[in-house]
Amino acid sequence: MLRVEDEALLRGRGRFLDDLDPVPGAHQAAILRSTHAHARVRRLDVEAARHHPGVTGVLTGAEVQAASRPFPAACDSPIPYYAAAAEVTRFVGEPLAVVVATDRYLAEDALELIEVDYEPLDPVLDPHVATLVTERDFVYGEPDGAFAAAAVTVSGHFRFPAWTGLPMECYAVVADWASGEDRLTAWSNFQGPFTLHSVAAAALQLPGSRLRLITPPHSGGSFGIKSGVFVYVVLLGLASRKLRVPVRWTEDRLEHLAASQAATIRTTDIAGAFAADGELLGVRIDAIDDVGAYVRAPEPATMFRMHSALAGAYRVRNLALRARVVLTNRCPSGLNRGFGGPQHYLPLEGLMALAARRLQIDPLELARRNLVRELPYRTPSGGLYCTGDFAACLDDAERLVRYQDRLRERDRAHAQGRLVGVGLACVVEPSISNMGYVTLVEDEETRARSLPKSGNAEGATLTINPLGGISVQVSTTPQGQGHATVVAQVVADVFGVTPGDVTVVTETDTAQSAWTIASGNYSSRFSGAGVGAVIGAAGAVAEKLRAIAGAQLDADPAEVELRDGQARLRSDPDAAISLRRLAGMAHWNPDGLPTGMDPGLAATVYYSAPEVTPARDNDISASSENGFVVDIAVVEVDRETGRVSVLDYVSVHDAGRLLNPLLAEGQVLGGFAHGFGSAMQERTAYGPGGELLTATLKDYLCPTAADIPDVRTAHRETPSPLTPLGARGLGEGTTMSAPAALHNAVLDALGRDAPVPLPLTPANVWELLR
Amino acid sequence: MAEDPVAIEVTVNGAARRDWVTPRLLLSDFLRHRLGLTGTHVGCEHGVCGACTVRVGGRPARACLMFAVQADGEEVQTVEGLAGEHGLTALQRALHEAHGLQCGFCTPGILIAAGDLLERRPNASRAEIEAMLSGQICRCTGYKAIVDAIERVAGA
Repeated sequence: MLRVEDEALLRGRGRFLDDLDPVPGAHQAAILRSTHAHARVRRLDVEAARHHPGVTGVLTGAEVQAASRPFPAACDSPIPYYAAAAEVTRFVGEPLAVVVATDRYLAEDALELIEVDYEPLDPVLDPHVATLVTERDFVYGEPDGAFAAAAVTVSGHFRFPAWTGLPMECYAVVADWASGEDRLTAWSNFQGPFTLHSVAAAALQLPGSRLRLITPPHSGGSFGIKSGVFVYVVLLGLASRKLRVPVRWTEDRLEHLAASQAATIRTTDIAGAFAADGELLGVRIDAIDDVGAYVRAPEPATMFRMHSALAGAYRVRNLALRARVVLTNRCPSGLNRGFGGPQHYLPLEGLMALAARRLQIDPLELARRNLVRELPYRTPSGGLYCTGDFAACLDDAERLVRYQDRLRERDRAHAQGRLVGVGLACVVEPSISNMGYVTLVEDEETRARSLPKSGNAEGATLTINPLGGISVQVSTTPQGQGHATVVAQVVADVFGVTPGDVTVVTETDTAQSAWTIASGNYSSRFSGAGVGAVIGAAGAVAEKLRAIAGAQLDADPAEVELRDGQARLRSDPDAAISLRRLAGMAHWNPDGLPTGMDPGLAATVYYSAPEVTPARDNDISASSENGFVVDIAVVEVDRETGRVSVLDYVSVHDAGRLLNPLLAEGQVLGGFAHGFGSAMQERTAYGPGGELLTATLKDYLCPTAADIPDVRTAHRETPSPLTPLGARGLGEGTTMSAPAALHNAVLDALGRDAPVPLPLTPANVWELLR
Repeated sequence: MAEDPVAIEVTVNGAARRDWVTPRLLLSDFLRHRLGLTGTHVGCEHGVCGACTVRVGGRPARACLMFAVQADGEEVQTVEGLAGEHGLTALQRALHEAHGLQCGFCTPGILIAAGDLLERRPNASRAEIEAMLSGQICRCTGYKAIVDAIERVAGA
């Protein structure tokens, strides 16, 4: 089915937040930002700005800190985090003050009149000497014994570099503080998770009911990054409170690249213990996550998102993880497509590629010997791989890429002096996160002092109006994934109508929508949790319709089917009542409803996924479902320039039942583009003093149509028994697998025995060829 | 003074629009916030992403790199001016059918830029389409479906 979202977007009639005036008379904000990575702010003089024509007023960082509490996070941090800096600034782009004026041009003029006297302090950019926030050690099985018994030990040092999601639409907020009521209404292109609504409310010292957060009909991409807009909901909310006017702000690209949200930079030392036949006996991982200048919720979650898939697709059970989280003078990190997955699989799959070389075993053969064989499979750290056939996916990828031909072509190319390589990545792709995984940052004793956490539920409301029209409201805050299309499709199936008969409302309003702390659009949770809630609400209303129709037709409701816009008897299709008439009856004549039935043709239903429980000791089922992805990349490295060209790329997924194959392909190819960009060319670069070197799209190199290679995909649809329609998430898998597969292909092309530094830019690769 | 408003007249999607604008008002802001034509999106304000691409005097231009006063006396076409009384254009339909848009933020600029290419090169090759598209950033699709859609129209 084609998308219901497209018509408005193609006509230029999208409703993105900057297109809307949700509250009349909003003034415009511009934000003064730190030009230093680390500095004491000796003096901030805003007097000239305050008196500039058109300026409504100025809010300083000191006022922000006096009027709010630090943002809470899952672990204590030595440095409290506020929406703006006061005495010390800790990253380039950190807000120092907000100027509000009648017009954005005037607000930006006034910014230039603010005088800041900085005393530069030494910036810290090296995670090995950075401020340690937390450190935890995890041991499963007997890794020491495994390494003692190993025939071969392989190790590598990997760094997943700084990059960012880069949606084409930047952050936007409209904040309207109701003076005298202590109530903030904020419109924002927020994407969830709605835990961050609680985080923002806590900073504002408001009960959650007094922070009404509303998302617009359209959001121009996010890929995780718009979770971080909650910081600006607080900042602009405080500006509106102080200046007693509604305030709006739309981020510009420079602000976005400097200060919105980064992907977590991970440095990993990994070692694998192998038997002579290639069996992986044990893995040791020493990982450091650089989360930037502050621990911004939901960090330090990146470290633990993949925790129940620590050994990825392999059945090794002796594992050790040393997990450290540190602060540096960079933009704070947070959600970013793949969230922890790219950072996890680069070292794990890189290790397998290095081991294959050392052991002189073909990489596919080495993977095959170690893949999890029988599902369901409980991982050592508590995850559940429920259904699927990992080896069969590997076989599919091998056939699709014509693996043996590729190896022969590679060897022929090598004989001619050309550098061709083949790389593999096998990736377990989690979906529907258990928000409790972040509590792994605490030891069991500390964790026991707070509420057990397994948040993952989603809500939806379905209503049938008096004329029989069906409306569904979801809280899945889509930013392009086509949720409305899938909802219309599955609801139409339940009621026996066409998708065009179903109106889907994707705007989320914390004062009106059915939402939970876990709501939102992340961890590829829509096809399971979002659709689960929709199916639940549709089922509840459909059951009511069948009961009403059964009473009217003098039949058992179980005999009633909903088809072709009617309720009719299976045994006698001529005995039928139209949906419209049934709806009219229910609305107009509650007295005529079957005895005991509540009036109203509406249901709000919440769905919580199975296999999601709070952490126990060091064990967590960090996600309800786990899909599987196998990628194989074929690349050629230009000896003269170091440029890497992708000759072929295949990606095989088992994401369960595909609810909409067209949208699924879009997610896989879009996810690949992100993974490709992070591996090949994107980077957020800082100079030695922490100065941002990639402040424009001419410096931060997002892939274009000329950069992205063709990707051939295939699906193996093993239905999930854990989700209502058998689907698993698939929006992030290729973002996780592509960096590892491309890295391993370049490793193979260069014939190296040590990891290749990412991104695989001509400059970085050429250094290795010299 | 340089900031004093000046009168301009711009023909936008066939209709004459008169207004007073300060010389520094960007064409993108004029279209979006004065005329309410919010289909023209602003993604970078430095001319790289292409989301704000419109036609000025028949040729594609970045609305974020022009002042409204520079469009005085010109014909401007925005995404809102593409679909006619017979519904979506062939290119709009092709993007829909090929799933060539996800969030839709970059789509208006792509429709304008690709429309210009197809006018100049009705049988544009895939390589030409990719070269043209390299001036338009899309972060959702990975581009393949967009190239497919444009190619479908070029081959029609």
